[in-house]
Amino acid sequence: MNALETPVGGRTVPAPRPPLRTGRRVQHLGRALFVAPAALYMLAFYGYPLVKNLVMGFQEYTTRTFFTGEAPWVGLANYEQVLGSPIFGKSLVNTFLFTAGSILGQFSLGLALAVFFRRTFPGAGVLRSLLLLPWLIPLIVSGAVWKWILDQDNGALNRMLRATPLTDARPGWLTSTTLALAAVVMVNIWIGIPFNATILFGGLQDIPDELYEAAALDGATGWRAFRYVTWPLLRPVVNVVLVLGVVYTLKVLDIILGLTKGGPANATQTLATQAYQLSFVEFDFGQGAATGNLLILVSLLFAVLYLRLSRQRAEG
Amino acid sequence: MTTASSGRRGRRGWGSTAVAVLLVAVMLFPVYWMLNVSLQPGGGGAVASPWLPLHPDVSGYAKALRDQGSHLLTSLVVSLGSVVVSLVLATPAAYALAQFRLRFTDAFLLGILVSQMVPGIVVANALYGVYSDLGLLNSLPGLVLADSSAGIPFAVLVLRAFMATVPGEVVEAARVDGAGELRTFWSVVVPMSRNALVTAGLFTFLFTWSDFLFALTLTTTDDVRPVTLGLYQYIGSYVQDWSAVMATAVLASLPAVVLLLVAQKYVAAGATAGALK
Repeated sequence: MNALETPVGGRTVPAPRPPLRTGRRVQHLGRALFVAPAALYMLAFYGYPLVKNLVMGFQEYTTRTFFTGEAPWVGLANYEQVLGSPIFGKSLVNTFLFTAGSILGQFSLGLALAVFFRRTFPGAGVLRSLLLLPWLIPLIVSGAVWKWILDQDNGALNRMLRATPLTDARPGWLTSTTLALAAVVMVNIWIGIPFNATILFGGLQDIPDELYEAAALDGATGWRAFRYVTWPLLRPVVNVVLVLGVVYTLKVLDIILGLTKGGPANATQTLATQAYQLSFVEFDFGQGAATGNLLILVSLLFAVLYLRLSRQRAEG
Repeated sequence: MTTASSGRRGRRGWGSTAVAVLLVAVMLFPVYWMLNVSLQPGGGGAVASPWLPLHPDVSGYAKALRDQGSHLLTSLVVSLGSVVVSLVLATPAAYALAQFRLRFTDAFLLGILVSQMVPGIVVANALYGVYSDLGLLNSLPGLVLADSSAGIPFAVLVLRAFMATVPGEVVEAARVDGAGELRTFWSVVVPMSRNALVTAGLFTFLFTWSDFLFALTLTTTDDVRPVTLGLYQYIGSYVQDWSAVMATAVLASLPAVVLLLVAQKYVAAGATAGALK
């Protein structure tokens, strides 16, 4: 396996300057070859799909395309149809509610757990790693389990509710158009808590104890210590968790398909599930691509907006 | 907390343990429920499951293995394939990005960042056409390649973070001894990165094992069907036998449990490497 090393050391051309340069160039090329396979892969499986989707968004790309190879250019027709459909507005609002609700729940509960686990007590390590389980099991497994727990007639949740004196009702968590979105958000919060708790816990561990001791001398303990010591120092980690959380939540698909398939009556349809529906159920890949591109646009807008806001706050 | 006397701290410690156990119990109830229902006698339609598995019955598992055994095998093959592909592509790249001053290092890392924003459905939407043309639909290589799209960026990040901690002198020393780039990489850096490699491999396995989207969109027949898709079809129609569904769910969760129980040291090693960088 000397293919890469021989040119570097072995090329000894008599002229004094050029060999060094050639050697450098060959060496640089050899080193670039280490990255080339992964770079090509990333271009093929991320770069190409991004560009291809942009193009497909302007094409009539249907099952016929696979037989005839023709995908006629239709200009903005796909976007007009997608944006004009009543489902789009609903999907957009649902995407927003799903993301905001999930992040709010995951982050606040995750932070509370992370703060709690800063205490030293017997079994803390084991219990903390057990909490990771909901995050590690496949999303579709969580979907299946929660589907049975949330079942209207025989689900565990409704049976527990009826065992309490509070209510005799049996809410149709996944079958009612008013409850389904909240139920899906709840399941997604459950899935996201471990991720938030773990990263935030790591951030909390990096805050030196001396700072709390100093703050305690100044009379800041409990909530005030959190407000004036923990929170400002945790900000960078919080930013990472929130941006990643939103970006990941915007594209969630598995859990919604597993629980409700976007129903009932589009009550849990988001931009991601709608893109799937258009492409792989209705086989209108052009409209699916247009919806996917709009989803990326939302994601980009959020990232830019958030980064600008947090920079402003840091400067001001 | 640091000022509390040791006696008080001891009592408070066990009090915290009790609270923590309660929190974990609430969080893990769905996991318990999965296990409980999987051990109930099946075939009774969608009736209320008993709260405890007092009469454990493995008929759910028997049915799950009968229906989903081949899907579990497919998941295993695809996941192992994806681990190999991801590590083979990511390891040299991570080494070069960590140790060489390459012009496009920043561009590559930015690419990884951007890739995290790309929804899987967008990738699937574009791949479907190409896969159809290349005959990669319903094929193991097709699924392995698509599923590696989660593992490769992750593996590059984890391995690069670790390899940046390999002292430059070690690499230099190998070169002085006459080892070329490839020898240095293969016989010095790779063995040193064992823990990071195991970490990246384990998570790549888990990512692929959990994949649902590419299985859903890039397969159309039963030929190559991972267990995630098998489970989806189980719950897609009216469920007659929840114990078989939950048995399948338990079997599909095994890699995550194994990762948590057996490989925790590697997970910790990876996290530390990432934090130290």
